[in-house]
Amino acid sequence: MSERIYVFKVFERFWHWAQAALIILLLVTGFEIHGSYILIGFKDAVEVHTVGAWTLVGLWVFAIFWHFTTGEWKQYIPTLKNIDAVAKYYALGIFKGEAHPFKATALKKHNPLQRLAYIGVLVFIGPLIWFTGWFYIFYDKWLEWGWDQYLSLEWVAFFHTVAAFMMLSFLIVHVYLTTTGHTPMAHIKAMITGYDEV
Amino acid sequence: MFSGKLLSMLALMAGIAWTPFGAQANPAPTSAVAPPAMPKPATTSTADHSKFKELQQSFKSGPEVTRACLACHTEAAKQVHKSKHWTWEFLNPDTHQRLGKKNTINNFCTAIPSNYEFCTACHVGYGWKDKNFDFAAQENVDCLVCHDTTGTYRKLPGLAGHPPYQDMEYPPHSGKIVKAPDLKAVAQGVGKTGRQNCGACHFYGGGGDAVKHGDLDSSLRNPGKYLDVHMAKDGLNFSCGECHKTTGHEVPGSRYAPTAGNEKPDAHKRGKQDSNPATCQACHTNAPHKQNARLNAHAVKIACQTCHIPEFARAQPTKMMWDWSTAGKLDKDGKPFKLKDPAGHDAYDSKKGDFRYESNVIPEYIWFNGRVDYTLRETRIDPNQTLRINTFHGSPDDGASKIWPIKRFVGKQPYDVGHNQLLVFHTYGKDDSALWSNFNWDKAIEFGMKEIGAEYSGKYAFVSTEMSWPITHMVAPKSDALRCEQCHAPAGGVGRLDQVPGIYMPGRRANEWLNIIGWGIAALSLLGVLGHGALRLFTAKKGH
Ligand code: HEM
Repeated sequence: MSERIYVFKVFERFWHWAQAALIILLLVTGFEIHGSYILIGFKDAVEVHTVGAWTLVGLWVFAIFWHFTTGEWKQYIPTLKNIDAVAKYYALGIFKGEAHPFKATALKKHNPLQRLAYIGVLVFIGPLIWFTGWFYIFYDKWLEWGWDQYLSLEWVAFFHTVAAFMMLSFLIVHVYLTTTGHTPMAHIKAMITGYDEV
Repeated sequence: MFSGKLLSMLALMAGIAWTPFGAQANPAPTSAVAPPAMPKPATTSTADHSKFKELQQSFKSGPEVTRACLACHTEAAKQVHKSKHWTWEFLNPDTHQRLGKKNTINNFCTAIPSNYEFCTACHVGYGWKDKNFDFAAQENVDCLVCHDTTGTYRKLPGLAGHPPYQDMEYPPHSGKIVKAPDLKAVAQGVGKTGRQNCGACHFYGGGGDAVKHGDLDSSLRNPGKYLDVHMAKDGLNFSCGECHKTTGHEVPGSRYAPTAGNEKPDAHKRGKQDSNPATCQACHTNAPHKQNARLNAHAVKIACQTCHIPEFARAQPTKMMWDWSTAGKLDKDGKPFKLKDPAGHDAYDSKKGDFRYESNVIPEYIWFNGRVDYTLRETRIDPNQTLRINTFHGSPDDGASKIWPIKRFVGKQPYDVGHNQLLVFHTYGKDDSALWSNFNWDKAIEFGMKEIGAEYSGKYAFVSTEMSWPITHMVAPKSDALRCEQCHAPAGGVGRLDQVPGIYMPGRRANEWLNIIGWGIAALSLLGVLGHGALRLFTAKKGH
């Protein structure tokens, strides 16, 4: 009945799910380190978080490389075109059973609102988490490298946690929005099989 | 594991039975366990003292033995004369305070003057019975107390540093007889100083076994590995001197001017110029954790002792409180008496007042850079505040401090209401002014103050005091070291370093505002999407 188009390539799907798993792992262990609850123990949380963090960094290096060699980075160029229509859809149209104003294709995978959200994660939350995380990881070396004069662990941890809270909020909204396809599981299926039904 | 612990406990109990002063030590257990025999170490010495003609005579006194020693060891007494063990005096190079047992007043036995005969049982000399002691006399040096290897040489309080030359009942009226040592045998058996020599005084500081330090007591004579990884006989079997590496009778390591921080990497390493061999770093360096670099980062700000001596008084209880103000109570027959606490430790003694003993004590933690100030007798005090007998200095941002574990010892002792100064009082003596003979504070204080030639207003009261002691001995095996969680995510809710200022500790010191706003936004996001979803469900139903 409906048309099936191939939207997400193998690497993209792998990247997406590996990243999702890692981010959830990092959130869970990160907030244990933060002192929000006791789950696997502080020491294990630190160890898992550290390994998870490096893995995520590795994954991102691959992803950046992939995006540039394939030209897929263009998917994230922000656009304001039609953004009002999309916003209006989520605010009103969705409740009236209207059709989504945006049609995903292999060349244009994200609607304008998605683009904005993802670029926010990519250029703001991500780097904030990375840089503060790196400073945090190398706390051992601050003295040796003379960084202790410029950095305070308290502020590094503060901004790392700020970014973590942003990531958490993004995750909540993001997961919900995946259920807003023409069936609740449609978007999730697409990210698994690669095919979107439009 | 368990049986190993049990065995060493038994050994410890047996060890307690052998208390040199017996002054206020735990009563000897009646169990039939024999004291652990000190295995005679295979000597590597090139001299057998029993073959020396000089030592083949029956010595009548300590000084006679010393004269014989000095015939060959011509410089020994001169070296000892320079040491704190002899002078009981220490001039702090940083604070310029004149300290040492001779000068300070603490909140244990308080002060030496007027009590010389008693206290100088722990002096490395003979005959210091009053302030006229001849510190220049070479034959007054006691070689034997540090070099006896027979274990038979004992000095008793009240003899001004001499061993008993005849068998003697000690403690008085106890019915126990202390044998006079055979000086000839002791002299012929001299050797290197071992832990039993140091321990004869240092295990019994404060008037009894384990009283003073909490990390230094007679259980170190034969400790299990769980108690002391360095000194356990089935472990490294270190003597005290392994760390307090002595040259020319000058023993390194000091409570008056401790080595606490480290300004540069690898400070205090043996062989370096600023080395203090009696530090952990001297052997272990500043980066001792091979597996985990993160722990080395901890070592920048945290003394090794903080994690590796997680509790003190692990083998025997230590005194935590001593209230002199209640001393002198007599029973209905007018006799002094003693009371025990439910655990069987001294709780009251007419001679000394009230006590509190504790076991397995969690230390307090403070920033400490090694600078210590003392309240001296001359210092004017504020009697309305808890008086700090000593003050350990340090701060999170002086670049020289580390977080240290300490024992905080509290008490009450007399001060001069007229002059607001601490008082010296006469505890022991064969006269009728001593507190321990007639239980009269007025006489005891008057006598003590006259002895030091200081003014006394004639009115005394008791001031609350506290004193800090660094915890540094009895290093536990690494499996017993503090775990991350004990500071960062304590199960009971109270973290070890919660009271230490100036550190950001992941897990404990999160910014409250950040938490409120962060969780608030996350909760709002969740509410938002749930509301959106509910509305969708609702409208979808209506649409159908
Ligand atoms: C989605 C990604 C991540 C999340 C949600 C996250 C979250 C957190 C949170 C909440 C904390 C506790 C901070 C505190 O209270 O002090 C934390 C600690 C930490 N994070 Fe992350 N983090 C993430 C990624 C990373 C990355 C990429 C790195 C390194 C490059 C990193 C390194 C660290 C380190 C070193 C700590 C401190 C652990 C310790 O105490 O030793 N994190 N993280």
